[in-house]
Amino acid sequence: MSITATPPQAPVAQSGISNSLTAGKLPRYASLYVLAGALAVTSAIFGLIAVTSGAMFDIVGAVFWGVLLYTASIWLISRLVEGARKATDRFVTALVVMAFTIALLPLISVAFTTIVNGLPRFDLDFFSQSMRNVVGEGGGALHAIMGTLLITGMAALISVPVGLLTAIYLVEYGRGKLKHAITFFVDVMTGIPSIVAGLFAFALFALITDDPGVRMGFGGAVALSVLMIPVVVRSSEEMLKLVPNDLREASYALGVPKWLTILKVVLPTSIAGIITGIMIAVARVIGETAPLLIIAGFTTSMNYNLFADRMMTLPVFVYTQYMNQGNPPEAYVERAWAGALTLILIVALLNVIARIIAKAFSPKTGRR
Amino acid sequence: MTAPEASTITAKQRPGDRVFSTATLVAGVLILVTLAAVAIFLVAQSLPAFTAVSDEFKGTAENFWQYVGPLVFGTIWAAALALIMAVPLSIGIALFISHYAPRKLAQGLGYIIDLLAAVPSVVFGLWGITVLAPAVQPFYTTLTEWFGWFPLFAPPVSGTGRTILTVAIVLAVMILPIVTALCREIFLQTPVLHEEAALALGATRWEMIKLAVLPFGRPGIISASMLGLGRALGETMVVAMVLSPSAIISFAVLQSQNPTTIAANIALNFPEAHDIGVNILIATGLMLFTITLAVNMIARYIVDRRKEFSGAN
Repeated sequence: MSITATPPQAPVAQSGISNSLTAGKLPRYASLYVLAGALAVTSAIFGLIAVTSGAMFDIVGAVFWGVLLYTASIWLISRLVEGARKATDRFVTALVVMAFTIALLPLISVAFTTIVNGLPRFDLDFFSQSMRNVVGEGGGALHAIMGTLLITGMAALISVPVGLLTAIYLVEYGRGKLKHAITFFVDVMTGIPSIVAGLFAFALFALITDDPGVRMGFGGAVALSVLMIPVVVRSSEEMLKLVPNDLREASYALGVPKWLTILKVVLPTSIAGIITGIMIAVARVIGETAPLLIIAGFTTSMNYNLFADRMMTLPVFVYTQYMNQGNPPEAYVERAWAGALTLILIVALLNVIARIIAKAFSPKTGRR
Repeated sequence: MTAPEASTITAKQRPGDRVFSTATLVAGVLILVTLAAVAIFLVAQSLPAFTAVSDEFKGTAENFWQYVGPLVFGTIWAAALALIMAVPLSIGIALFISHYAPRKLAQGLGYIIDLLAAVPSVVFGLWGITVLAPAVQPFYTTLTEWFGWFPLFAPPVSGTGRTILTVAIVLAVMILPIVTALCREIFLQTPVLHEEAALALGATRWEMIKLAVLPFGRPGIISASMLGLGRALGETMVVAMVLSPSAIISFAVLQSQNPTTIAANIALNFPEAHDIGVNILIATGLMLFTITLAVNMIARYIVDRRKEFSGAN
C-alpha cells in the first residue's frame, strides 16, 4: 500500500484561482457587511428626515427598517450568487434572529421605563411610611411591602412542606394510578388562572367565617399557595429524580431505613436545586395581583395580623395607585412606578439568590 | 434446573417509615383535594347566580348567560389574538436558541427570555398603558386609514391606543417565555441522527429544520401553544388596566369599544360587589376555570400521549 500524499492546495483566496467548491458562495462575513450597510442606509435616511423636519432622530424606526432592508437584500444577493435554496436558508436565519431581537425589545423597554419612572419616588419615605391619611404627595409603601412579605412568607410556609412532601411521594413512594393522577392534576393545577385561585380562597373563607365580605391576609396566602404548590412540586420532583440511584442503594445496603435514606441522603444531595426551585416559585407568586385584590383587599394602613382585616400588598398597591388617581395625579403615578420598581427588584433579587444557592450548595462531586 | 420460587422481599416497616410515607401520601392527596375543593366551592358559591334576575346584573343583561356571553367571547378573542402573535415568534426564538445561536451562548439567551416571565403582570399593565398604547396609536391610525375595509381594522380608531389589540400584544409578550421554553425543550430533543442525516444529504440548515426538527416537534408546539393559551385566558391585570371595557361582542380590534375578559371583569367589579353580585362574579370565574381546565387538560393529554411513542425519553 503506497499512498502518495498530495500536498494541500494553497487557499484559493490567496492564489486568486476560482475553485468549484467555493464558487457561488458569499464570503464568510457577507451577512454582517450587508446588515451594517442596511443599517447605515436607513440611519442616513432617518437622519435626513430628522434634520429636515427638526424632529428627534427616530432610532427605533431606523433599526426596524434597517433590519427589514437587510432581510430583503441578503435574500436577493444570496439568490443571485448562491441560488434559491441558500437564499431561503439565509432568509429564515434572518427571520429567526429577528424573532429573538423582537422579544428583547419589550424586556428592555419594561426595564428602562420602570427604572426611569420609578426612581423619582424611590426614596426613604417610600420605605418608611404607609399611606395612612396621605392625600396627594408623600406617603410610602411600607404597609404594602410588609403585607407582601407576610402573605408571601405564609404562602411559602404552606406550600413548601406540601409541595416537597408530594414531590417525595411521587419520586420515592408513588406508583400506579394515584401517582399518575397526582402528576396529571399537578400539571393541570399549574394552569389555574390566578384570579380563580383568589375566588376559591374567598369562597372558602366566606363559608368558614360566615362573612360575605371577608377580607384577610391569610386568605391571600392560601390563594398564593394554590398557585405555588404545583411549581414547587414540579421543580422538586425534577431535582429528586436527578439523585443517582446508586446513592439510595448504597444507603439501603448499609441497613438504613428508607425514610432516613430520604432525609439524610436524597434530600441533602438535591437541596440546592430544591431551594432554587422554591425561590423561583416565590418570585413567581410575589408579583401576583389578582388573587390578593380579591381576598386580601386594599387599605392604606399597616396591618400585621394575617387573620383579620384587609392587608395591602405591593402589586395591589401599584394597581390601586394607578387606577384610583387623586390630585395631583403625578404623585399617584410616581408611587405606582416606584412600587413597580421595588417589586421588580425583589423578584430579581430572589432570582439572583436562587442562582447563587444553586451554585454554592450543589453537591460536591469529589475527585475530578 | 428450576427457577427459584419468586418471592417478594419486603423491608421491615419501622414506625419512622410509616409516619414518613403517610405524610408524603397525605400531601399528595391534599393536592387532589385542593383541586376538587376549588371546583366544589366555586360551584357552591355560584349557584345563586344562575337563577338571578335581570336587575341584579350590571348592564343590560337579563340572565346569567347573556351577562357572561360577551365576557367569554372577549376572553377567547383576546387570548386567540395573543396566541397568533406569540406562537410564530416563540418558534423562531426557540429555533434561534436551539439551532442557530452559538452553543456557548444558548443557555444565557434562554435565561434572558425567561426574565420576561419574571416581570410581574401588574408591571406589564403599567407598561401597556404608559408606553405601549401611546406608541402603537399612530400605527393604528394608519392601519384604519389603509386597511379600514378589512373588518378587523374597521374605523373609528381609538384615540388612546387602549384597544384589545394592545392588550393582545402585551399578553403575547407575557406568554412568550413559557411557549418558547417548551418549544426549545422539544426542539432540543430532536434525534441528532435525523438532523445529521438531513445535513449529510446536502440539506441547508433550514431544510434540515423543515425535514427533521419541525415534524418531530409538531405535537410539542401544539401543546406548548395550548399551555400558552391557558395562561393568556387567565391573565387579569393587563386587561383590567389597559382596556376600557364594555359588554359587547365585536371583532374590530382598533376601536375604543372593546369586549373585556372574564378575569378583568372580576378584578374591576369585585371590590365593590355585594350580595348576589359576588355570586355572579364567582360564577363567571367558574366559567373561566372550566375553559382553562379544558384547554390545559387537552394540552397535557397531547404531551402525555407523545411521551409514550416519541422514543426521545
